[in-house]
Amino acid sequence: MTSEMTGAKMVVQALKDQGVDTVFGYPGGAVLPIYDEIFLQNDIRHILVRHEQGAVHAAEGYARSTGKPGVVLVTSGPGATNAVTGLTDALMDSIPIVVLTGQVPTFMIGSDAFQEADTVGITRPCTKHNWLVKDTDKLAATIHEAFHVATSGRPGPVLIDIPKDVQFATGTYSRPNPSSSHYQPVLKGDLEEITELVAAMETAKKPVFYTGGGVINSGQAASQLLRELVDATGFPITSTLMGLGAYPASGKNWLGMLGMHGLYEANMAMHDCDLLINIGARFDDRITGRIDAFSPHSKKAHIDIDPSSINKVIQIDIPIVGDVAHVLEDILKVWKSRGRKTDAEAVKQWHAQIDGWRKVNCLAYTGSEKTIKPQYALQRLEALTKDRDRYVCTEVGQHQMWAAQFLGFEDPHRWMTSGGLGTMGYGFPASIGVQMAHPDALVINVAGEASWLMNMQEMGTAAQYRLPVKQFILNNERLGMVRQWQELLHGERYSHSWSEALPDFVKLAEAFGAKGIMCSDPADLDDAIMEMIEYDGPVLFDCVVEKHENCFPMIPSGKAHNEMLLGEAETQGVIQAGGAVLV
Amino acid sequence: MSALHIKKGSTSHSAYNLRPTFSDVQERHTIAVLVENEPGVLARVIGLFSGRGYNIESLTVAEVDHTGHLSRITIVTTGTPQVIEQIKAQLGRIVSVRDVHDLTVEGPSVERELAILKVVGEGDKRVEALRLADIFRANVVDSTLNSFIFEITGAPDKIDAFADLMRPLGLAEIARTGVAALLRGD
Repeated sequence: MTSEMTGAKMVVQALKDQGVDTVFGYPGGAVLPIYDEIFLQNDIRHILVRHEQGAVHAAEGYARSTGKPGVVLVTSGPGATNAVTGLTDALMDSIPIVVLTGQVPTFMIGSDAFQEADTVGITRPCTKHNWLVKDTDKLAATIHEAFHVATSGRPGPVLIDIPKDVQFATGTYSRPNPSSSHYQPVLKGDLEEITELVAAMETAKKPVFYTGGGVINSGQAASQLLRELVDATGFPITSTLMGLGAYPASGKNWLGMLGMHGLYEANMAMHDCDLLINIGARFDDRITGRIDAFSPHSKKAHIDIDPSSINKVIQIDIPIVGDVAHVLEDILKVWKSRGRKTDAEAVKQWHAQIDGWRKVNCLAYTGSEKTIKPQYALQRLEALTKDRDRYVCTEVGQHQMWAAQFLGFEDPHRWMTSGGLGTMGYGFPASIGVQMAHPDALVINVAGEASWLMNMQEMGTAAQYRLPVKQFILNNERLGMVRQWQELLHGERYSHSWSEALPDFVKLAEAFGAKGIMCSDPADLDDAIMEMIEYDGPVLFDCVVEKHENCFPMIPSGKAHNEMLLGEAETQGVIQAGGAVLV
Repeated sequence: MSALHIKKGSTSHSAYNLRPTFSDVQERHTIAVLVENEPGVLARVIGLFSGRGYNIESLTVAEVDHTGHLSRITIVTTGTPQVIEQIKAQLGRIVSVRDVHDLTVEGPSVERELAILKVVGEGDKRVEALRLADIFRANVVDSTLNSFIFEITGAPDKIDAFADLMRPLGLAEIARTGVAALLRGD
């Protein structure tokens, strides 16, 4: 193979050499040479989305469900600006994405040319790194470097802006050589700090593991090592929204998710613990609640590959910078070599205390025989799908929190949700990306009707590629979480938190050649869910649920972990002025 | 000056020995950042400061290694110890940043700034301006019958003092380079 080729051919060759099998994209004037090369080959499959935002979310779904980087190809100007939300989403959730954008030819840059935008300028704050390539000879090396940066250290989205003349020009192709990159994050943790943590684990009376998306990002080995460590020590473990599945929901030390809508027992354990071991989480404000009342009696250890995460929000006693899998391996080694010690008696009492909190049964809700309670819908969905090869995406809002509470995840890479940015419209395109990567799996997007409508154009994509994604829409005709906050915080003034012009979702599905199912009677729900699962093709499931259900438990803004609201009682005026300015 | 106990020579790549960081005391730090000299790298650094709400008191940048394509950015910033540590850590995670040094912590360091000042005046004021310039070792780099341009080099507070003295004597314009700084010794 000659190493001389056009920039456009180089793009395709570089993607092949990076092991890319799927690209999500949308063509336009400034990327036509690359689309020409895609047309001329069969190794890389291109998925035509219906909006560039959908392309990035689909790539995120692909990346999160496989552990490989997701790849996006879009045109200049509006193609690039439409990708910005997805890039920001991927940055906040540390998802490896490589976005290739077309750009107007180099000699027209700065002239306000048609479909010109300062793409690298616009995307600089929402990418881990980005490049404008002005020389075809540097194109291949830049693409390889982009994959290296996106997937090394704390993963994140990167963008390469490629002017059209660079695509047409001929240059020399170079092969991947990641060791030549200056970007080489440290993977091994400091052994002194690791030993200090092990010593703290040996004497802790109320330890808790607090895990996050970093465990998932670190790879399958990290989840395996985490399970080994948790089971060997017997310490209870909770996780952020992002980390669900790293430790199995059926595991005996599992506390459930923590945070604003986390489980009572998880939050109380965080509040009362004497050793908090953060593994790959970042003390997000959804987790900590009021900072000065966060886990007040604990010694805090933090394992993170990104040094800037440490001491950013919470002061840490034992900081360990490194990759989760590498650090967990060393922790296990040191702990075993020192005789596998824990204060078993104290930890047993700690579990007994936690069991007391568990008895509160914080997820309890009032059932109904007339309307479908959203919690009930998710319980039935869980019961009918948990034994299948299942992947779950969500949109953002109440349904997302209920899904996190009521669905159990046994393995990493099975749960795709927009955590940091909270992007409504994420779930549907993400489910398309997941299904592309796992064609035979059951891929469900738990959605709210409002979120789902934000990227509903992707019905075209699902239909075109016959992707059997199941859109499980909890339809309350409300922006449920907004409505809940307005009830709690804004005197029940429901300003613009409902839609008076919702579509008939069954007809909408049929208009795209998909299957529509509507269910509003709890008695019919199981059959309807089974019909959805068994249908070989995309399904739009309109699950008409109770309109005014609130999501509990809830730590109101500005409150501490031990000040959770457990139910409807006494919700009025709970958020005071100081908390009201928080989001 | 600093409440931090950072090993000498440590950089943002190390999160160790940072305690105690959660104090309310505002500190002024001079940070030297070695970056790859590529388009947009200054925007990345400045965007970090504006995006995360950090202060920049002064910032200088120039290529220092032509063959290695490296530029040195010297930033003077203020913040609590926790914010200073965040700034260094955030700088360190920019892909084009090669190294971050907190000269205030790793110091002692030498800080120099250059300023040129236009002073317009006649008669006694003009004579007095020239006399003070001599005391401050400022050089006259341009002169007309009713104006001087002085060049002065020194620590920022020396330049501040000189500018304050020139103000009643007809200071019309001032241009400052911002701080350049190096660690003392080897």
